[in-house]
Amino acid sequence: MVCDKYKSIKDAIAMVKPGSRIMVGSFGLAGYPEELIEALAASGTGDLTIISNDLGTPGVGLGKLLTNNQIRSLIGTYYNWNPEAAVAHNEGRIKVTLVPQGTFAEAIRAAGVGIPAFYTPTAAGTELAADKETKEFDGRMCILEPAIHADIALIRAYKADELGNLVYYKTGRNFNPVMAMAADTVIAEVDEIVPVGSLDPECIVTPHIYVDILTMRKS
Amino acid sequence: MQTILEQQAKERIASVIAHHFDAEAQNGRLFINLGVGIPTMVADHVTNPHIYIQAENGMLGVGCAASEGQMDHDLINAGRTCVTETPGCSYLDSAASFGMIRGGHVDATVIGAFEVDQKANIANWIIPNGKQLGVGGAMDLVTGAREVVIAMQHTSKNGKPKLVRQCTLPITGIGEANMIVTEYAVFVFEAGRLVLRQIAPEITLDELRNITDADFDVDL
Repeated sequence: MVCDKYKSIKDAIAMVKPGSRIMVGSFGLAGYPEELIEALAASGTGDLTIISNDLGTPGVGLGKLLTNNQIRSLIGTYYNWNPEAAVAHNEGRIKVTLVPQGTFAEAIRAAGVGIPAFYTPTAAGTELAADKETKEFDGRMCILEPAIHADIALIRAYKADELGNLVYYKTGRNFNPVMAMAADTVIAEVDEIVPVGSLDPECIVTPHIYVDILTMRKS
Repeated sequence: MQTILEQQAKERIASVIAHHFDAEAQNGRLFINLGVGIPTMVADHVTNPHIYIQAENGMLGVGCAASEGQMDHDLINAGRTCVTETPGCSYLDSAASFGMIRGGHVDATVIGAFEVDQKANIANWIIPNGKQLGVGGAMDLVTGAREVVIAMQHTSKNGKPKLVRQCTLPITGIGEANMIVTEYAVFVFEAGRLVLRQIAPEITLDELRNITDADFDVDL
């Protein structure tokens, strides 16, 4: 294998420093970088801001980082699958920013495509818009949402080629392709790394320009 | 007034909504998004082959729930249920999926609600009791889908009306509800007014008013 982006899971996760803003692809336990998260939990690196849709379930996936007290703040959409998040929030152990799921996805995409903020009708007039700038477009109230950027994105793809082009698997795609565009360093966990030229160019979802590090799952 | 048991109530609500979509799909293809709970049951009741189900976690053309032997944990709907593919289905990332919704390409969404008021405001994302922490796609769905259908039992578990004059819980969207289906009645919003369109045989109009806090017109 000729792949200068390849690192072991352990070496890749050593790039995560205390206090980092980490974006993690996932929807529940679908399409999440399981082995990178396991390694992050094992590393004990703390004071993290985790930007993800949800927090898995208690003690599983991203839930492990919360159980281990490695999280300082959360930016995401839905933590009801992991009730430990509400408990930690109520006790003041973590800061939580809730963002509507479509706005969350778009804010990450925006960071990746150089748009610092955008107007959206979603959440206008609700308590999630309490301190947002508002403006009316075509008679519809909209709110200004900032882009969401991270230091590191941990993403999960199905296959990579040796350059780092990525294809995904079913609904495991979820937030991974937009997160691949929105972080300073992008680490992808894949099942398999194949020779350059063996992925159909029409089917590549994430072009390799976005991917910095490739890691391979053991299982 | 004759009590309708919970399971029967849910089946009826899902079936009424499915009929509504079956009829709409006679005019062409219909793309719908289904929330968790009663809304998911709508999929089991629709019969028109021109109805396509969108799941906001990134799939168009969602099939039925997967059986024990076919479960793939990377093939789920937004309620995290393992589902199946239909011929012609496609996968998309979350930004594209919500773009499809916010962009008005999805014809209808079916969602549950804690409360809906007579101004079509919906409260369905949080009961502020400190136990919940999440909004998910609820706000994006009510804002983006062209038709918002509320599937809910007429009263709460302790008998309180859920169709109210004004929402008391934090709202999900302003004036976004188009249709409300309960086990006892079907309402639509027309020109800013809540209008009763169907009433179940188990209840009289007076009895319906007794379990409905909102004001409504009658046009059966």
